[in-house]
Amino acid sequence: MSVLDSKVPKGPLKTKWTDYKNHIDLVNPANKRNIDVIVVGTGLAGGSAAATLAELGYNVKTFCYQDSPRRAHSIAAQGGINAAKNYQGDGDSTYRLFYDTVKGGDYRSREANVYRLAEVSGNIIDQCVAQGVPFARDYGGLLDNRSFGGVLVSRTFYAKGQTGQQLLLGAYSAMNRQIARGKITSFNRHEMLDVVKVNGKARGIIARNLVTGEIERHSAHAVVIASGGYGNVYFLSTNAMGSNVTASWKIHKKGAFFANPCYTQIHPTCIPRSGDYQSKLTLMSESLRNDGRIWVPKNMEDVMAIREGKKKPTDLSEDERDYYLERRYPAFGNLVPRDVASRAAKERCDAGYGVNATGEAVYLDFASSIQRYGIEQAKIHNIENASKEKIYELGAAIVKAKYGNLFQMYEKIVDQDPYKTPMMIYPAVHYTMGGVWVDYNLMTTIPGCYAIGEANFSDHGANRLGASALMQGLADGYFVLPYTIGDYLSHDIRTGKIPTDTPEFDAAEKEVTDRIEFFINNKGEHSVDYYHKKLGKIMWDKCGMSRNAEGLKTAIDEISALRKDFWKNVNVPGTTTEYNEQLAKAGRVADFLELGELFAKDALVREESAGGHFREEHQTEDGEAKRLKEFQFVSAWEYKGEPKDAVLHKEELVYENIEVKERSYK
Amino acid sequence: MNLTLKIWRQSDANDKGKMVDYKVTEISEHMSFLEMMDVLNEQLINKGEEPVAFDHDCREGICGMCSMFINGEAHGPDRGVTTCQLHMRMFKDGDTITIEPFRAKAFPVIKDLVVDRSSFDRIQQAGGYISVNTSGNTQDANATLISKHAADEAMDAATCIGCGACVASCKNASAMLFVGAKVSQYALLPQGQIEAVDRVKNMVAQMDLEGFGNCTNTGACEVECPKGISLENIARMNREYFSANVKE
Ligand SMILES: Cc1cc2nc3c(=O)[nH]c(=O)nc-3n(C[C@H](O)[C@H](O)[C@H](O)COP(=O)(O)OP(=O)(O)OC[C@H]3O[C@@H](n4cnc5c(N)ncnc54)[C@H](O)[C@@H]3O)c2cc1C
Ligand code: SF4
Ligand code: FES
Repeated sequence: MSVLDSKVPKGPLKTKWTDYKNHIDLVNPANKRNIDVIVVGTGLAGGSAAATLAELGYNVKTFCYQDSPRRAHSIAAQGGINAAKNYQGDGDSTYRLFYDTVKGGDYRSREANVYRLAEVSGNIIDQCVAQGVPFARDYGGLLDNRSFGGVLVSRTFYAKGQTGQQLLLGAYSAMNRQIARGKITSFNRHEMLDVVKVNGKARGIIARNLVTGEIERHSAHAVVIASGGYGNVYFLSTNAMGSNVTASWKIHKKGAFFANPCYTQIHPTCIPRSGDYQSKLTLMSESLRNDGRIWVPKNMEDVMAIREGKKKPTDLSEDERDYYLERRYPAFGNLVPRDVASRAAKERCDAGYGVNATGEAVYLDFASSIQRYGIEQAKIHNIENASKEKIYELGAAIVKAKYGNLFQMYEKIVDQDPYKTPMMIYPAVHYTMGGVWVDYNLMTTIPGCYAIGEANFSDHGANRLGASALMQGLADGYFVLPYTIGDYLSHDIRTGKIPTDTPEFDAAEKEVTDRIEFFINNKGEHSVDYYHKKLGKIMWDKCGMSRNAEGLKTAIDEISALRKDFWKNVNVPGTTTEYNEQLAKAGRVADFLELGELFAKDALVREESAGGHFREEHQTEDGEAKRLKEFQFVSAWEYKGEPKDAVLHKEELVYENIEVKERSYK
Repeated sequence: MNLTLKIWRQSDANDKGKMVDYKVTEISEHMSFLEMMDVLNEQLINKGEEPVAFDHDCREGICGMCSMFINGEAHGPDRGVTTCQLHMRMFKDGDTITIEPFRAKAFPVIKDLVVDRSSFDRIQQAGGYISVNTSGNTQDANATLISKHAADEAMDAATCIGCGACVASCKNASAMLFVGAKVSQYALLPQGQIEAVDRVKNMVAQMDLEGFGNCTNTGACEVECPKGISLENIARMNREYFSANVKE
């Protein structure tokens, strides 16, 4: 008998959530005042949850490592947010969004959670508009939409190329309203370093003030983890420099199971790396694939000529180009899902067709769109016999209006003008579908400890579709957790304040302090980044876009050895009682060194290909991922000391409302 | 290229602080400015010295965390970029580069190049929101039509990343561009009208309380703003403020 209970309510899929909400225990407003909730993270998930919980009447404490809640990494999301509004009248519906998401996730997500997500999606847009989020509008004043990969409808809402920023500022403004009312206390430049359990329940955290170095105890009746994803285990990713697994990993070590760590999304359109000094990778939004066409040269001579600078991409005629996505996937073309697009780019580059010096780049070309829009605009403005230049100018203006900030970002980094020459792109680590295991209530296997947003595992299966992380973060925070947490907290109305002068807090604090002191006193040989970079290389080479048993076994040994060396030889400058970024980083890398090994172990055990997890041993004849029925489960790992000793629990995935099919985008 | 860096070092808020010289070599022109700083820090750590503290996170120009005053300009010599987007190709071999924190009374130094910008948060808390509950019991998003023009203009104002370059560039350390952008976003949208009067008054009052200086229309803020927030936003805020006081 498995210890995992997903707590999915009975009843038909369509009414599950409503029925459940109608029967859930509530806490009356007067009692909410006596209940404290800690929210770790102020991104879309944590920010929206904190604001809503405070509005309901709970006393909320938020924590983030940046200097303001508004700077959480959700701010960087570019392209958009999905919602089944069917404003375009193109056949969208709750069911279709649900279907696309489950299929996009390669049938590795939990049906009931995904349906609920699709169900509340429309309301997110209403909420955000009411908050003053300036989504793009059409000329008639209605909300505009764009398309993202893996779907055949237009359901993505956006605010230029800064959708995440605008949504986060919306959530931050809702938080500010509650901070002003005294219902939220926000602890910025604070890092959570452990969870405190009392009688088996999560009752508080230990946090470090990153400015003074002080170690603080905070108690609450429930703890919500909204600390984002762990893509930085690869060192290079599109995540922010400070993004980390620490909060999730600490609760894992205290009893929260970690699910599907190996499901990582490698995003197809990022700016290729340029040198060893590189500190992070920059995403070029998937929305660009609405108008950009991806290609490499058909002939090897042209590849060589381009690399040597003897030819320019614009010199190649149409029939000298291989629009490989359009060729391989005529139905979805450039808008295939991310895992498919990334593997296809890797396939071409591995075959030698990469277009830059490193051989790891393909083109994303806007010339045909500029041309098409130009002709259209010339018609609209009644310009007869428009010159080539005029058409280009009119078309470029439209592309600029849609993607201006992305083009500018590209030009600043690469020093090339993407209006004139195609962009060069290559896949990069972007998002982690894996995360803390949660039940239908978003509770982890620690009672009273919840995980929301990218930190949990639940909705995206083995591959996330574009524009659905923002949707999930806000759904969890605004509309799901505030209900489900009430059911748990209704048993705490008489508990009273949780004291922090108890042996449980003493013990947790001591563990944290010991570790910090170790780092400062160790005075080893190598910097923290030295280890982080080494770990990143192992992860990228052996647990990256494609994986095989032998590589994964080597990765496990290498990571384990690297971790041993880290604990012997790491060098952390400075003291414990000051602003010390290296010290903060040391703790994060220490956790990545454990997670990395569990990641490889999970990938090794999963002997199938699904979504972003591609095992070379399991592919179809034409190189597509081959799923296996016997792996239709969630891998939830229980901590038992060393990552190699982790125990696997399986949550079987049952699909009653969707037919599990071969996932095809041809 | 090889460079000399003159960097502000200050161990904490109470320390007096001073400029210290460093040398870095073999810097590639493709590096970002912060990657060059990483090289310096790695060098310092390996020598057993304390690395230079600076704020940064997204490294793609959107979080507003990075904040260096480089050769006398907030975010350095390039236009329309944050410090993290500044590239070394803007400099040449042999250059001496001075690097200081964003200075203002309302932005006290925490350490080296790291400053405390929580005054910006408090201004937002004073009224930078629309009082709508987050329960989702709102009308349909398409129920109110908003002209594309108004939506686009509101969006332009809303792109402010709260970095504080405007304050650091202003000889009076005024925060008018930042506050103006926030007030404008709401002033341009129908959802923002209901609380318009209180919003502008409360935010301006908090701004004054935090010790930001007055605006004397020098326009330095607009020049250094990495997001191209225009002075029109200040004018709009002044109109809002004036009419709020008339309505009183
Ligand atoms: C460049 C980029 C573009 C993207 N574009 C899109 C898009 O267009 N559409 C889409 O749907 N998704 C997009 N995504 C994905 C999406 O942005 C993220 O998955 C989502 O925003 C994560 O939100 P979150 O609230 O879970 O976490 P985050 O926003 O990452 O927030 C994490 C929070 O936790 C805090 N924190 C972390 N660790 C600790 C700790 N130990 N102690 C205290 N606090 C801690 C941080 O300070 C922060 O406040 C994009 C992602 C990236 C990187
Ligand atoms: S107005 Fe410009 S300079 Fe000022 S905080 Fe906003 S983005 Fe930064
Ligand atoms: S680090 Fe985020 S804007 Fe520079």
